[in-house]
Amino acid sequence: MTATLATASYVGATILFILSLGGLSNPESSRRGNLYGMIGMTIAVLATVSGPQVTSAGYAWIIGAMVLGGSIGLYASRVVRMTQMPELVALMHSLVGLAAMLVGFANYIDPAASAEFSGAAKSIHEMEIYIGILIGAVTFTGSVIAFGKLSGKIGGKTLLLPGRHWMNLAGLLIVIWFGREFLHAESIDAGMMPLIVMTVIALLFGIHMVMAIGGADMPVVISMLNSYSGWAAAATGFMLSNDLLIVVGALVGSSGAILSYIMCRAMNRNFISVIAGGFGSEGGAPAPAGGVQPAGEVNPILAAETAELLRESKNVIIVPGYGMAVAQAQHTVYEITKVLREKGVNVRFGIHPVAGRMPGHMNVLLAEAKVPYDIVLEMDELNEDFPNTDVAMIIGANDIVNPAAEEDPSSPIAGMPVLQVWKAKTSIVMKRSMATGYAGVDNPLFYKENNRMLFGDAKKMLDEVLVALKSA
Amino acid sequence: MALTIGVPRETLAGEKRVATVPEVVEKFIKLGFKVAVESGAGDAANFSDETYRAAGAEVIDGAAKLWAASDIVFKVGVPTAEEVGLMHEGQTLITFIWPAQNPELMQQLAARKVTVLAIDALPRMLSRAQKMDALTSQAGVAGYRAVIEAANAFGRFFNGQITAAGKVPPAKVFIAGAGVAGLAAIGTAASLGAIVRANDTRAEVADQVVSLGGEFVKVDYEEEGSGGGGYAKVMSEGFLQAQREMYAKQAREVDIIITTALIPGKPAPRLITAEMVKSMKPGSVIVDMAAERGGNCELTEPGKAVVKHGVTIVGYTDLTSRLAKQSSTLYATNLFRLSEELCKTKDGVINVNMDDDAIRGLTVVKEGAITWPPPALKLPAPPAAKPAAMPKAPKHGEASAPASATRTAVMFGIAALAFWFVGANAPAAFLSHFTVFVLACFVGYMVVWNVTPALHTPLMSVTNAISSIIAIGALVQIAPPLLGGGAARPEAWIHWLAWVGIALTAVNMFGGFAVTQRMLQMFRK
Repeated sequence: MTATLATASYVGATILFILSLGGLSNPESSRRGNLYGMIGMTIAVLATVSGPQVTSAGYAWIIGAMVLGGSIGLYASRVVRMTQMPELVALMHSLVGLAAMLVGFANYIDPAASAEFSGAAKSIHEMEIYIGILIGAVTFTGSVIAFGKLSGKIGGKTLLLPGRHWMNLAGLLIVIWFGREFLHAESIDAGMMPLIVMTVIALLFGIHMVMAIGGADMPVVISMLNSYSGWAAAATGFMLSNDLLIVVGALVGSSGAILSYIMCRAMNRNFISVIAGGFGSEGGAPAPAGGVQPAGEVNPILAAETAELLRESKNVIIVPGYGMAVAQAQHTVYEITKVLREKGVNVRFGIHPVAGRMPGHMNVLLAEAKVPYDIVLEMDELNEDFPNTDVAMIIGANDIVNPAAEEDPSSPIAGMPVLQVWKAKTSIVMKRSMATGYAGVDNPLFYKENNRMLFGDAKKMLDEVLVALKSA
Repeated sequence: MALTIGVPRETLAGEKRVATVPEVVEKFIKLGFKVAVESGAGDAANFSDETYRAAGAEVIDGAAKLWAASDIVFKVGVPTAEEVGLMHEGQTLITFIWPAQNPELMQQLAARKVTVLAIDALPRMLSRAQKMDALTSQAGVAGYRAVIEAANAFGRFFNGQITAAGKVPPAKVFIAGAGVAGLAAIGTAASLGAIVRANDTRAEVADQVVSLGGEFVKVDYEEEGSGGGGYAKVMSEGFLQAQREMYAKQAREVDIIITTALIPGKPAPRLITAEMVKSMKPGSVIVDMAAERGGNCELTEPGKAVVKHGVTIVGYTDLTSRLAKQSSTLYATNLFRLSEELCKTKDGVINVNMDDDAIRGLTVVKEGAITWPPPALKLPAPPAAKPAAMPKAPKHGEASAPASATRTAVMFGIAALAFWFVGANAPAAFLSHFTVFVLACFVGYMVVWNVTPALHTPLMSVTNAISSIIAIGALVQIAPPLLGGGAARPEAWIHWLAWVGIALTAVNMFGGFAVTQRMLQMFRK
């Protein structure tokens, strides 16, 4: 295959990738979108392998690496449970980051790669390598830590080192200074030292950054890392003068950036303050800062009574949260939905944009349980319907239904858009205990007159509700 | 020390209600109070002294003795001068007061150094106040009774029937004003089988009308009539003209008109003119629930049912008393709920907590000082005002409002500088890549912005799979055609770095697409 033919194939692959992302705009076209992505990737890889830049000596190695990596990937995609999606995605981001790092190093130590450059072009090329490795390294360790936090291997608590902003700033300055050194390096060996120092700092920075971010902000972190992995690819593209890599990297990068923006807005938080880490950003103790501490008694309820309430209502809205994912309760939730719908109850799901641990997490779980997606609605679509709702059932969610966000200006989550479940005639909160959510804010909802608490493991309680519903 | 709740006999002529009923007396006693009832207080509402006694209340002869023995007095009607005279310092009175209409009464009450909670001053927009809302419970009773009065005066069936003796068309009922009373009337008339139409200046009640089996008749004029706090406001002349035409049309068509239109602090609006009454079919009925405040119909005579131009116009002002047992029971429950709020300790002692928004609103006299009107409620703005108060972020997928001109200008300025810098310094080869990069960012932005939130997880996993395009970087390094000068090339290092790179991205590539596929398979309608 000639160089021009390879380039033409790249253009085709680019179009397919754009169509792939576009296809995800609605569930019907999404499967085709994914198919476009696969075809695009196949074309890109085949065009490269058969193109002028790869000689036949490499074929065996390439196939070996592809088969090994591919089988691991396929195996992982088979065994992963839908509740573990955030972890899997985080882990995969780390692979992209690591690969970008390796490619950067390989490119730097190859004298043939930079032989054609001189003067300004050489500096730019070296800068591209430097930045590519930097982003790759941050993505790598950041994603590994995010994976650790999501899978519970590392505690969800924020790690706030003293003077962490200064540490980050110092790190940045060192990186810039070594960048200068790197550009002025006479030989490859001389440039190696600054490059490695920078890589170590970038790796540490990635760890530090994600360690400082709390569990509730995980959706932002995941989409941010997604964005980084794209930028890493784009930087690699610049380094290799490969337009396909640049385009795809930019697509992925801007997609992740938009997602982060949407997530931040859903929490009424500033992107910078999320990245700076720690909920409430300033000070380490968020909860007592809140003005009005809700007080009063909570009204517990039993599973049988819950079933009774559900059976007698006309409109039910179910608000799932991370607790549903933890308890693996989505199938039971759907069973209950089915029973109620057969009885003519209008059951809908209200999904907060940041429910769960990654964007769209709840939608995936409900889809897994075969809940039809046309009864799964966004917050904006049904928030006004709560006053006409008989029962709002909250399963393992807390901060996203906290009325303090609207009613108490001194609350740390004030101004965050929330699902107004307290406007329903009755709200039922399923929870293990009275503990606070990730934001560490007490929830006045629990003390409202029309609220009932169904304490216990979500799965077990819902099973009991289902039995009670079926028996009557 | 447990306080005594006293319930006197109502003294106003025609008032048949009583402020508490035996079944609620028991609940008060459970709450720790003692209850005293004046002998004969419940007679008009069919509650005998015996039933009160059986429920645990003490029955006291004579108003003077009862007032003297009570710490808290529950009443229905506005207290008369004599009743105010019977009050003693420190006593608490809970009843209807209408403080805006009765300034003199307020002065008299304050002079007695008592505490007065006006049940009509309840801040109704507080959702937790609903259970104490006596205006609502009483208006519901009145609305029901209005339909019964109309049926009584109307010479035909409400429901349509086809009998051996011929076909009977259903009665057509028009209800003006879909507040609590209006809605109760709609429900009652519909359940009797009539065809019900209703109108209200507040367009948002249309759904409620329909939900009760009525048909919402629109005025052919655009104006929103919600005046806050669930009441209507005075409308513009153009609207009123259109409204009159609509009423005139309805008057010609329907058999029964029930009017419930009230505007706070103003005389009732005149909706039905003498002309319209004339145009109605003989035997038709108008029930004017606003009779006490001047009436919605020009020909209404408050307190009476009269026949004019062949139309019976019912102007009773005591509709709730005509259903005294029901309205008393509901009112008693409202007062009980209020007492629960006042006595959170459940020991029969009340605490008039002025920090509580609901209680603050209710309290019009506190220990001799007039505390009416209350300060405006702090937080819960009425839902109608919300969209204005909270400029919401644009919904996902919608175009956002254009940014402010200065901000846009600054951003363009910075961008222009950046591009100038790049253009002035970078070599041509870099610029062509740079062009591609910037355009691709914009394409990404446009494409991804339309992705539905439900698909955010698949989007991330597919972009993750796509970002394994970085494999290409590794592919071109693993075995490139060497064009001489490769002497210093650390072959093995590059080879293995590239190999690991390919393996890692392959995990991503295959795993990412496969798991996305698995997820997307699950999304179904």
